[in-house]
Amino acid sequence: MLLLILKRIGLGLITLFIVSLITFVGVEVLPGDACTTYLEREAYGSALDACIKRLGLDVPAYERYLDWASNVVRGDFGYSLSGEMPINEVLGPRVKNSLVLASVSILIGIPLAIVLGIITALWRDKLPDIMISTITIFSMTIPEFISATLLILIVAIWLGWLPGIVIIPSDATFYELLSNIILPVVAISMIMTAHMARMVRSSVIQVMASDYVQMAILKGVPYWKMVFRHVLPNALLPAINVVALTIAWLLGGVVVTEVVFNYPGLGRLVIESISNRDLPVVQALAIILASIYVGINLIADLMTLMLNPRLKSLQIRK
Amino acid sequence: MIEIIESVKNLSIGFNSQKGKQISILRNVSTNIKKGETVGIVGESGSGKSTLALAMMGYIKQGLFPLKGECLFKSEDLLKMSSRQLEKIRGRKIAMIPQNAGQALTPNLKIGYQIDEALRLHTDLSKTERDKKISELLNKVRLPSPETMAFRYPHELSGGQQQRVAVAMALAGKPDLLLLDEPTTGLDVTTQAHVLELLRFIAKDTGTSMIYVSHDLGAIAQVSDRIVVMYAGEIVLEGPARKILKEPIHPYTYGLLKSIPKLSLAGLPASMPGSQPQPGSINQGCSFYDRCNLATDHCKKNSPDLEHIKELDTNVRCFNHKELISQNINLKTSIKKKSNNSEAIEVLKLKDVSISYAKQKFFDQLLNKISDQNPTVKDINIDIKKGETIALVGESGSGKSTILKSIAGLLKTKDGQIKFENDRILSSDLKMRNPNDLRAIQLIFQNPDESLNPNHTVEQILSQPLKLYFNLSGEELKKNIIDLLKKVRLGEFYMSRYPRQLSGGEKQRVAVARAFAAKPDIILCDEVTSALDVSVQAAVLNLLQQLKEDLGTTYVFVSHDLAVVRAISDRVAVLYQGRLCEIGPSQNVYKFPSHPYTEVLLGAVLEPDPDIKPKLVAEDIVEENPPEKGCSFQGRCPRKIGDICNLEVPPWQIGENGNAIRCHINIDELASLQQ
Repeated sequence: MLLLILKRIGLGLITLFIVSLITFVGVEVLPGDACTTYLEREAYGSALDACIKRLGLDVPAYERYLDWASNVVRGDFGYSLSGEMPINEVLGPRVKNSLVLASVSILIGIPLAIVLGIITALWRDKLPDIMISTITIFSMTIPEFISATLLILIVAIWLGWLPGIVIIPSDATFYELLSNIILPVVAISMIMTAHMARMVRSSVIQVMASDYVQMAILKGVPYWKMVFRHVLPNALLPAINVVALTIAWLLGGVVVTEVVFNYPGLGRLVIESISNRDLPVVQALAIILASIYVGINLIADLMTLMLNPRLKSLQIRK
Repeated sequence: MIEIIESVKNLSIGFNSQKGKQISILRNVSTNIKKGETVGIVGESGSGKSTLALAMMGYIKQGLFPLKGECLFKSEDLLKMSSRQLEKIRGRKIAMIPQNAGQALTPNLKIGYQIDEALRLHTDLSKTERDKKISELLNKVRLPSPETMAFRYPHELSGGQQQRVAVAMALAGKPDLLLLDEPTTGLDVTTQAHVLELLRFIAKDTGTSMIYVSHDLGAIAQVSDRIVVMYAGEIVLEGPARKILKEPIHPYTYGLLKSIPKLSLAGLPASMPGSQPQPGSINQGCSFYDRCNLATDHCKKNSPDLEHIKELDTNVRCFNHKELISQNINLKTSIKKKSNNSEAIEVLKLKDVSISYAKQKFFDQLLNKISDQNPTVKDINIDIKKGETIALVGESGSGKSTILKSIAGLLKTKDGQIKFENDRILSSDLKMRNPNDLRAIQLIFQNPDESLNPNHTVEQILSQPLKLYFNLSGEELKKNIIDLLKKVRLGEFYMSRYPRQLSGGEKQRVAVARAFAAKPDIILCDEVTSALDVSVQAAVLNLLQQLKEDLGTTYVFVSHDLAVVRAISDRVAVLYQGRLCEIGPSQNVYKFPSHPYTEVLLGAVLEPDPDIKPKLVAEDIVEENPPEKGCSFQGRCPRKIGDICNLEVPPWQIGENGNAIRCHINIDELASLQQ
């Protein structure tokens, strides 16, 4: 078991190494370098030379990669171009904001999705299923920029209950954040919950049709007991991986929602740094987001292994 | 007066078709189960036997609903009960033993918990009493080390052990009636015989009534007091087991019994033409009309009622049963095979073949080294003559299919050679074989549902080998396809059909036609009849034999079913754990002396005759890997003589009648031991 975990961690590190190489090479092969993109029209003569010297672009690429990589390993991403401040200081609050948004959405969205999925599966093709399924399909299909805009229009502008956009300093406290993030959380949860509820629904339906559920019924197990002991543990197992992907997506991928609500999260930072051609920040973000995906998927895989007795004993036997 | 436990009255169950028509799967079924009695319900797939059995627990599968009639358990109708009331009866009064225990046990719950659950629901025992009861039950179903067994998960047990756990679970609530839905289908022959023996013991020990549902008349014959034969959703024959099996006075049952290959009988079983009608397709007349050779015009227009015949204590649904009785019922007939030319040349030679499933380690792969010292299949030497049918038999894990895959080139051999035609060595790598060799060796798979592409018509399926090997096109291609279909007795109109529009037997015929399209010298048959119903199985076996006699093809026939092998093969090779135990002409392998493993296998075969009981000589332990030293059968051998069996690979000995046996016991001594 321990060997397996180490093996998985090793594989994750290799993935990260490849990602770092690709982003570095990608930035290298783009026409121009950090200085020309940053200085734009002033990129000539002494200004350019000074910049190149300052950023150390005059040394060969592989040396710069090794230098950069060893700093990253130590947790130092270097300096951003536009703000000329340490990237760690740029990233810190953004990571925190994204974590707050993601964890609130997860705390609300995932339990809701599981409950809705179970209800729709158990009352399959009956009124609760038809109603909930219609709503979930509806909220799955509306693009988030439309649902987000509608939310702002109705809740913030017409009703005036909540602020329409998030205007907070990037170092705001958790409580300041909370009242501001209700609308973004609702907008995100709509899509996320709908997707997951559909998945839970089909998984529960599949397990309900299995031989062992029929056996449990014929054994005289009361309905709800059967649902909780025989159906759910087996139906929710495959959901773990989907939850993992959703969490990773929440941390870096909710760009549109962050932009609509002006939310200072990681997703918006990606867009901003790309449009500012702040290549060191882009590189840093690529590594961070890749680590999030790798890390969360690793946890999910290990959880599945622990919870599924079939896989567990298979691994032990090997 | 014997107490009746459950009685089914005029039960019909059906579904609504897409056109809104009501279609019944069960039609007007009535039967009674008496206390302490075991009733066998037998029928082929689609006969409604499982639907009937489940209805007897008040369970109707999704999409189906009762149309009329009732299932009275102690004079209360199960079909009208609320789910709360049913929970009180299921498991406590009527318990179920499912077909596939591997899938019927919840994967995330330990064995002990699942039995405990039944105890908690249906008894008032305290926790410590229940724990004691769990080991008692596990002990009763003869599972090894019951104390630790309770802490294991279902997937950690073998198939036979899982089935025993299901039996223990069903016994937990001390039910009055046990329902068994194909409880031994899918188990190895020896395991099956052991589980049946256990069930018979439990029936006697506890006085529980049993309903035993199966397609296998052999298993039914071993356990039943009374037999109910179902066909197309109706009961066609019902009566005491002995009478039904010895004097089947319904033409369907008679045909069914004749189509089962028997160990005691050489030659092929007689087949029944046609297949069971689809539900809803019979509007008038007898449902067996199309396949019956006694049918008259009267049968076409009128449907017969179940008629009670007092002297036989039997109910029969046939107008002409008296004619059948007067025809002299004889079940011991078979179709003689043409014997093949004994001087024939050898077409395929397996020389010292070993095959390993062990994955190569990275460095071994670099050095092109295979590290496995104890391969799955080892030392296989078989010479196959042109035009003969050689059968490879053994239980699951015996390596029979593995050898077949190697001959086909789908699996690389570790050692040894496969020689084809004039001692030419066939490469073990499929890509290195020349197209003509590929054409010459064809495969037919077990399950035609999976081996035929569901998106291709029969024409497309058959045209592929013709295009690939013979470059045919246009009219010529079409003519060849029609010829092929004719060979497997399918009409031209099948060309435009998709596999899903064919019955199981028809699908397997298409698969046979596809193999013959390549004009092969050798056809490898991998359990080709085990997914088919018995009446269809007989037809496919006869077809294969006919094609062989016409075209001179050689078959390598893999099967776990010794009776089928007896019927079709000229020579038999018995395998255990990937090692040959015995090889010889079929009629001699089934005689004395036999290798101890052959003896065990033959003893476990279930014949559809209540007078022939299986002989259980060895334990049904499952061995995961072949032993590293000595005889492959040392772990289970009932005739083991000592350390020599553990240490030395036994020598080949050839008996007077030509069968070679690999055993340390002298062959003459073996013969006298077995007589």
